Amino acid sequence: MSDFLKIQGLQARIDADGTPKDILKGLDLEVPKGEIHAIMGPNGSGKSTLSYVLAGRDDYEVTGGSATFKGQDLLALEPEERAALGLFLAFQSPVELPGVNNANFLRTAVNAVRRARGEAELDAVAFLKAVRAETKHLSMSDDMLKRAVNVGFSGGEKKRNEVLQMRLLQPSFAILDETDSGLDIDALRIVAEGVNSLRSPDFSALVITHHQRLLDYIVPDRVHVMAHGRIIHSGGPDIAKTLEKQGYTQFLEAAA
Amino acid sequence: MPAVTETRETVEKLAKSSYEWGFETDIEMDIAPKGLNEETVRLISERKGEPQWMLDWRLKAFRAWLEMEEPTWAHIHHPPIDYQDAHYFAQPKKKPGPKSLDEVDPELLKTYAKLGIPLHEQALLAGVEGAEERLPVAVDAVFDSVSVATTFRKTLAEAGVIFCPISDAIREHPELVQKYLGTVVPVADNFFAALNSAVFTDGSFVYIPEGVRCPMELSTYFRINARNTGQFERTLIIAEDRATVSYLEGCTAPQRDENQLHAAVVELVAMEDASIKYSTVQNWYPGDDEGRGGIYNFVTKRGICRGARSKISWTQVETGSAITWKYPSCVLAGEGSVGEFYSVAVTNNHQQADTGTKMIHLAPNTRSTIIAKTISAGHSDSTYRGLVRMQPKARNARNFTQCDSLLIGDQCGAHTVPYIESRNMTARVEHEATTSKISEDQLFYCRSRGLSEEDAVGLIVNGFCREVLKELPMEFAVEAQKLLQISLEGSVG
Ligand SMILES: Nc1ncnc2c1ncn2[C@@H]1O[C@H](COP(=O)(O)OP(=O)(O)OP(=O)(O)O)[C@@H](O)[C@H]1O
Ligand SMILES: [Mg+2]
Repeated sequence: MSDFLKIQGLQARIDADGTPKDILKGLDLEVPKGEIHAIMGPNGSGKSTLSYVLAGRDDYEVTGGSATFKGQDLLALEPEERAALGLFLAFQSPVELPGVNNANFLRTAVNAVRRARGEAELDAVAFLKAVRAETKHLSMSDDMLKRAVNVGFSGGEKKRNEVLQMRLLQPSFAILDETDSGLDIDALRIVAEGVNSLRSPDFSALVITHHQRLLDYIVPDRVHVMAHGRIIHSGGPDIAKTLEKQGYTQFLEAAA
Repeated sequence: MPAVTETRETVEKLAKSSYEWGFETDIEMDIAPKGLNEETVRLISERKGEPQWMLDWRLKAFRAWLEMEEPTWAHIHHPPIDYQDAHYFAQPKKKPGPKSLDEVDPELLKTYAKLGIPLHEQALLAGVEGAEERLPVAVDAVFDSVSVATTFRKTLAEAGVIFCPISDAIREHPELVQKYLGTVVPVADNFFAALNSAVFTDGSFVYIPEGVRCPMELSTYFRINARNTGQFERTLIIAEDRATVSYLEGCTAPQRDENQLHAAVVELVAMEDASIKYSTVQNWYPGDDEGRGGIYNFVTKRGICRGARSKISWTQVETGSAITWKYPSCVLAGEGSVGEFYSVAVTNNHQQADTGTKMIHLAPNTRSTIIAKTISAGHSDSTYRGLVRMQPKARNARNFTQCDSLLIGDQCGAHTVPYIESRNMTARVEHEATTSKISEDQLFYCRSRGLSEEDAVGLIVNGFCREVLKELPMEFAVEAQKLLQISLEGSVG
């Protein structure tokens, strides 16, 4: 089944203080089932915008094109319906929820998704067991479960918390938006392992990154280069190495 | 820990946007004619079988009330209340105690069922004999104006605790009532307190003797249930030296066309090293989306820390009423005594709330803490009004005040009005205030994790209120979270 995630001619804009600003300008992308793809591209090229539009953030107006996921019109669904369908976005800048206990948030989310997927909800004991196993995997302290969601978390802790959520919500398609930024070497390895161990014929991911180094750990099936709201080049993992050495210029020139 | 999840399940069972607990129970009523004059006061006193001193006390209050005017300074607006257009006494006809739930008035049971009160508690509330052995919480049900049932008296009596309807206390413990009634809230304290003093028909009386830690949380369910019957509860709680008690008050009310007046008075007295915790989850009918038919809630709650190192703590979650006017206060008269006020006030649609607290520091080394959380949605308007007064003798007294407002949507208002009066140079007052909105970022983040918008709002609101909710006893905290979420339904999007 090749049309697991299929994006065609996607156009999206944002209202920038009253004037519409086009950001995605006819983007094509396919991620087959079981594959991990990477997107690299200069700052401001629209990578985060793409991930928000796929996750259903409504400040963006989709002005053209389509996106289907598991054969469904993704763009017609509410964000929570997309989550239930198996989509997960690890935010580039995770949001703070003051006063909201992290463990409570995780359990509420997990059970909301399980309910929507027709699975049995986890009781407090089962949930705690599941979460403990994951935090151990990610070398997170239990203290982070007791604190308010992302409040006062260091940059790296926030990213780990995103990966924790991803693992608990068991998505079939995960978008990781610069999850490697701000991670120390050990954390990078741990997070990469967190993604790699999900690899299966039923799991796909889109890894957005600026660093070739991450792709040494999470070896992608394909790498896409994004610029000016479009995918301008696609190829094997080698592209990342070329980019690391030579920058985006040659791709930009070739696309121009 | 998982209260929110459970909350959602409960909430999902409740119909959206309509007031689930608005219904009326048809029980035979003994109702006084409409109107308020000296005759009404005499009739109430006579029906209650009160001694002469009590009648005299009421009449004094009534005469004071006649001279007073309704306060107008609060940030609230309502059509004038016609005090002659209400019944001031209504009482379900007394029946002998039922042997089991089968013998209890089915209408009453239906009421309890709709309120979601568990079966064993229903039996208690209905006064079924022998039901009390199975419950950890003592319930003195104020069904309408009269306590239909008082329970747990036996267990409490063994500890020397008195917990009974105040009208029983007036007859059975006149020396205690006479000694303390009106000492914290004098009859002519304010317009609504004077009115209450003249015509109160019921409420609870609690007395914890020296050195006794009350063996259970004390709880009362209030209901307004007779058309056009104003509610005038009177509660008096006394904790002697080293005594400790936690009292819970909760309310729900039936749907109404007319606005209904509720003017309760609560008095707390804490002696040396005594501690009183008073928790309220208040859910009066707020009126429809346009604000029609809601309850007017004008309450005077005040506690006095008379003894050294005594402590009084008010915790309240206010989600209901068309209009709320309420300032639970502490008078810190004992050296080193402590006053606390933890509050969550939610307003939605056209609700108006003017609430807050007063901390009056009279003695040295007294301390007070105020944590007030205000949530406004719809077209509602909410005001926090807090007074901290440091009297000349309040050497080294301390106050910390934190007021946080959360706005949902852009049609609502929140106001913070702190009054600080310090007459002692060594006293210190700290005040912090914040206003925030639920951000799109937060909602989207939650929804991308599978939460519905309403669940997301519930979660964020409960997080905002956490410091207050954690002060509530466990079972009340769950109830409070449920109410917060219900009262904000339909407020986003
Ligand atoms: N709310 C907004 N108002 C105005 N412009 C916006 C808004 N949100 C995004 N943009 C613009 O859209 C463009 C794409 O932003 P986006 O965050 O998608 O880039 P990115 O590829 O993720 O960049 P980075 O590598 O720095 O994370 C940028 O020029 C950005 O300034
Ligand atoms: Mg980005």
